Amino acid sequence: MSNAVSTGPRGAVSLKDSKQTEQRKAALAWLTVPALFFFLVFAVIPLAGVLILSFASWDGIGAIGAAGLDNWFSVLADPGLYNALGLTFLIMIVSWLVQTPISLLLGVFTAGSQRYRAVLAVLYFLPLLLSSAAVAIAFKALLDPNFGLATGLGLPFLAQDWLGVPQLAIGLVVFVIAWQFVPFHTLIYQGGVRQIPKSLYEAAQIDGAGTIKQFFHITLPQLKYTIITSSTLMVVGSLTYFDLIFVLTGGGPGNSTRILALDMYLRGFRANLMGPASVIAVILVIIGLALALFLQRLGGKDKQGSQLEGL
Amino acid sequence: MKQPQTSRRSFLALAALTPFAVAATSACGTSGPGASSSGGGASMWYLSGEPNQTTMQKAVDAFNSANSADKISVTYFQNDAYKTKIKTAIGANQAPTIIYGWGGGGLKTYAEANQVDDLTSWFEQNPDLKKKFFPSVFGAATVNGKIYALPNQYVAPIVLFYNKELFQKAGVQPPKTWDDVMSLVKTFNGMGVAPFSLGGQSRWTSMMWLEYLLDRIGGPDVFKAIFEGKPNAWMDPAVIETGTKVQELVSADGFIKGFSSITADSQADQALLFSGKAAMMLHGSWTYGAMKKAGQNFVQDGKLGFVPFPTVAGGKGDPKNGVGNPAQYMSISSKASDKEKESAKKFFKDGILTEAVIDAYIKSGSVPIVNGIEDKLNTSEDKEFLNFVYDMAKNAPNFQQSWDQALSPTAAEALLNNIDQLFLKSITPQQFAENMNGTLGK
Repeated sequence: MSNAVSTGPRGAVSLKDSKQTEQRKAALAWLTVPALFFFLVFAVIPLAGVLILSFASWDGIGAIGAAGLDNWFSVLADPGLYNALGLTFLIMIVSWLVQTPISLLLGVFTAGSQRYRAVLAVLYFLPLLLSSAAVAIAFKALLDPNFGLATGLGLPFLAQDWLGVPQLAIGLVVFVIAWQFVPFHTLIYQGGVRQIPKSLYEAAQIDGAGTIKQFFHITLPQLKYTIITSSTLMVVGSLTYFDLIFVLTGGGPGNSTRILALDMYLRGFRANLMGPASVIAVILVIIGLALALFLQRLGGKDKQGSQLEGL
Repeated sequence: MKQPQTSRRSFLALAALTPFAVAATSACGTSGPGASSSGGGASMWYLSGEPNQTTMQKAVDAFNSANSADKISVTYFQNDAYKTKIKTAIGANQAPTIIYGWGGGGLKTYAEANQVDDLTSWFEQNPDLKKKFFPSVFGAATVNGKIYALPNQYVAPIVLFYNKELFQKAGVQPPKTWDDVMSLVKTFNGMGVAPFSLGGQSRWTSMMWLEYLLDRIGGPDVFKAIFEGKPNAWMDPAVIETGTKVQELVSADGFIKGFSSITADSQADQALLFSGKAAMMLHGSWTYGAMKKAGQNFVQDGKLGFVPFPTVAGGKGDPKNGVGNPAQYMSISSKASDKEKESAKKFFKDGILTEAVIDAYIKSGSVPIVNGIEDKLNTSEDKEFLNFVYDMAKNAPNFQQSWDQALSPTAAEALLNNIDQLFLKSITPQQFAENMNGTLGK
């Protein structure tokens, strides 16, 4: 190395370069300090707090007492937990199955350049602008079996007890979630499709591939990472579905829509059982982490690379 | 290269999950600021919604202009939002000076955590104030023999309302016994009218049925044993018979179709009664004022009928027994400063339930919990209903506070959850009793 430095100006420059790079790296490391600080304050410390509370007995008001493993044993022995877990995964899977094809196709469709598609894209996007609580209240009013849409429009087949029958209620929850979140994922897919180089399609057209073949052989493979991104958001996000279900059904009828996040809230803030609620929170964190890591792994080793580079 | 990638991944995953962690611990409050109030004056949180909000605001304004040294500042919250907010605020030592509530199990939680002041000696120093209220209202304000809250506002028993027009059309009388109830169910179903309106999604609405049925079947002692946490108190045969009666009523289509998706907050259950879609409704007396306002002269034209809850053959309960809310309650935060506490007490004595406030409550169709208001009730346009409520509150051998208020929040949440399942018939009366038995002492 010292030989290289003394041979001429080029070597000296490269040494200076590497030094600068190191300095720049050090400076960049400092730039992460604010982010790390907020991460510590808003993520790590609360997480530790939840972990501690899961081993404590606390009613949210009085003194905090040690409970050992009592909360864990009582929650793990509670059939309510498995009901909530099952519902959470059910909603997660069904939501993914419903939302992914719809938003993928809508995304591909709206990625075109015609003007009417831009108008449609805006219309599709509208539900995302409404808050979950507003969406839930609106749907609840529309679906009221006595004063809702069915009576208003004189459509008796709509006059079901939508939120009062367990099977209908869970189906309706999935529908309303899809109604609200398909626009967001459509937007992601639209962006993904627009990044696919036109030259691929031009080449395919020369080779005589039709629209459907183009979709399955170019669009879909090129959207691999978009699908993974969208699915990660969908799957991890489904753990946080709370507001919509809370307002729409409150977990009912019975326990038929009492998903994990809602179960946590009801135990903690309604039943004053902060310890067991914290156990649920820890379980949620573990599931969320596991799912996120699993989905990232699905992306394979080259996921950090640009999609364009891989041409 | 692999190591940093993994950590970045977990970092992202953690970041994605941050909202849970924050949500889960936001009630913890240990890291929040500790100041309990601002500005030095006493603070009060109260429920928004008319007509009570205007009544309270006028009372506070009148008090503040007469007592410039002891001003009260009041903030309004929506009912359900308030219940969570006040619990969190008390846990974080940020409660207002005056804590509004419903007495019973919630108040007991606060009192046992030393969050509210013992007012027993203060009431002894002010005997006139204590004598001003119905004696029965102090029960829900008392924890372990000490009074922790000032009763105020009005008594709100649960009443069986009915639509007189529909009863005339059917040529029937309001029910006096449970057998009457079951035969009226057949009559009205035959007419294509729902026998009973019910906002079942709110769950406490269904609870009102259990409260009355258990009283009529087993008498007040059954719930008293439950309230006191006696062993196997929920396993009383009266509880199981109550559950059986409820499920019989559900099976006979006693409640309107789709009742489990109707909420009381939207007042759709009241609308079903006054719009003639349902013939009867078991509900709190507070719905009288609301129906008067929203029911398009339904109340004003004398179409709203009201009777006490029917008796059950062979039951032990006195038909004069009532259930509901004996009153509303206000406590003083033990974390408030001495100056704030003094202002609050002065307001309790001189500012709440003044003549103007009493008149306002009567005008809105409620019976304030003060003695000697017979004359005022009799001059009101709602005198028939007001006297009905007043007599019930005054003459009831037992006036049971609503279960979800009387029990601890932990037991109350389990109760509402199990009631929902009982009405859906997804659990049997026996399972209901067993599930509830597990909450005794919690």
